Amino acid sequence: MSRFNLYQEEFHPSPLQHTWLEFRENHIAVVGLLCFLFFVIVIVLCPILAPYNPLTQNIDAILIPPAWDDNGGIMNLFGTDALGRDLLSRVMYGCRMTFGISILLVLVAMIIGVTLGAIAGMSKGVRSSVVNHTLDSVMAIPTLLIAIIIIAIVGTGLVNSMWAIVLALTPQFIHHTRDFVKQERKKEYVMAAKLDGATPLQIVTRSILPNMGEILVVQGTLALSIAILDISALGFLNLGAQPPSPELGTMLSEGIEVAYIAPWSIALPGFAIFLMMISINLVGDGLRSALRNRLLH
Amino acid sequence: MTDLLSVENLAFYNRNRKQGWFKAPTDFELGPVSFTLKAGETLAIVGGNSSGKSFLAKLLVGLESPQSGQILLNGEPLTKANQRQRCLNVRMIFQNSNESLNPGITLGSILDEPLRLNTDLSPAQRLVKIEQTLVQVGLMPEHQFFYRHMLSDGQRQRVALARALILNPQVLVADEPFAALDPSVRSQIVNLLMKIQRELGLGFIFISHNLGIVRHVSDKIIVMRRGQIIETGKTEVIFTWPKEEYTQKLVHSHQALINRQNT
Repeated sequence: MSRFNLYQEEFHPSPLQHTWLEFRENHIAVVGLLCFLFFVIVIVLCPILAPYNPLTQNIDAILIPPAWDDNGGIMNLFGTDALGRDLLSRVMYGCRMTFGISILLVLVAMIIGVTLGAIAGMSKGVRSSVVNHTLDSVMAIPTLLIAIIIIAIVGTGLVNSMWAIVLALTPQFIHHTRDFVKQERKKEYVMAAKLDGATPLQIVTRSILPNMGEILVVQGTLALSIAILDISALGFLNLGAQPPSPELGTMLSEGIEVAYIAPWSIALPGFAIFLMMISINLVGDGLRSALRNRLLH
Repeated sequence: MTDLLSVENLAFYNRNRKQGWFKAPTDFELGPVSFTLKAGETLAIVGGNSSGKSFLAKLLVGLESPQSGQILLNGEPLTKANQRQRCLNVRMIFQNSNESLNPGITLGSILDEPLRLNTDLSPAQRLVKIEQTLVQVGLMPEHQFFYRHMLSDGQRQRVALARALILNPQVLVADEPFAALDPSVRSQIVNLLMKIQRELGLGFIFISHNLGIVRHVSDKIIVMRRGQIIETGKTEVIFTWPKEEYTQKLVHSHQALINRQNT
């Protein structure tokens, strides 16, 4: 089919490119994204980047201050902790544990929650409202409390705390997906898809899911920051990751004992958590407005 | 010549007198309704608000199922069993084109959906068909990369029309397709519809309360009130010698409007 070109340079951005074009406009969000990417690179490459094994203890180099201190050395950039372990390596592996596991948990919770929410949204009557109202009552309790209750039943440990956090994060995904699906189902474009002969599954995946990006990003960011805080909090309370393993919360609780002599041993892991939270929230906020603006102008 | 679409004693009752806690009692009744439509013919359904016009359209395209009566397409009854045939042959244009287009996906994907679900064309063939249909309704092939919010109201209506036409249907059901458009765009779309109808020989069921357009477009008219057909006939006959009192009121109010515009 021959067509004439109205414009010399034709450029039709894909949905993803549209989002990126809008996202780029928000400079603070781009800074957040760079920070986020930095953490992603660190957690992927930390076996190569880390100068020492995070578990190796060195009795000869206990509580060395960071490199910028007068007594610090270039051998241990972030200094060492009370057992002579290199703090830089520990923070890197700690990011890997806290951040990496949180991303994993949020993805799992999102997949489970969106699936169940879509089922609840597409079904009618008692079944739908039982799912919804049971979970609503669960949502009233803070996730950390739910996680602690679950850990009290199944016992402490990193894997148990992961399960607990997934279970605690899932209800909000279910709730928001269900509400959104219920609300979109009444709209005419879904009716039009139904007239095209689309099955309920196709309606959810092809018609409703493309419009859910914004809500998933908002909930995903929220859940990611909650997951990071919960994992560190459980580690700090000795309910999650257990002491020798490099996890930011566990490191904090270990550092508390020597806080007055070696303040860097709690300041640096704490700062890592702080940076993670800020970058996640900036990226999430930027992504949300980019997704919204993509469909406005 | 056999009738393209014939509707026999189609009826729908919703007697819901039971009062729920939060529900107002609904009591809705339609029909029995019977009419026929030949290929290339335009049937207009007029009537006041809540006269069951839109509901009749929903019954025709299969969004609601009737309690009794049947709809025959080329002599074959349309049921749940041959839903696919109905999808292919009876297409609907919605009242509000803005709502009926999915905001989250491109127009290309919107138009691709009916083809993907109802035909066995390959992706390349579907693309060709999408571009052809866009040109047919007076848009450009490039519009397939656009989103809903990038189009004007008239263009959206054209996309809604393209969506209905893309499966080469035999019957088109349009529920107030021009209500939201300004007069110049409205007449453009009306003429476009009539041109396409002439080219393809579509049967066209047109629901409206704008009697000016109805007179311009339709061959036959059905007047509905409170879910019942109260008068049917050729357009000119109804406009010249309306029998029922309700029809007379409608026609007279329409003519009063024209006379006022002329003076």
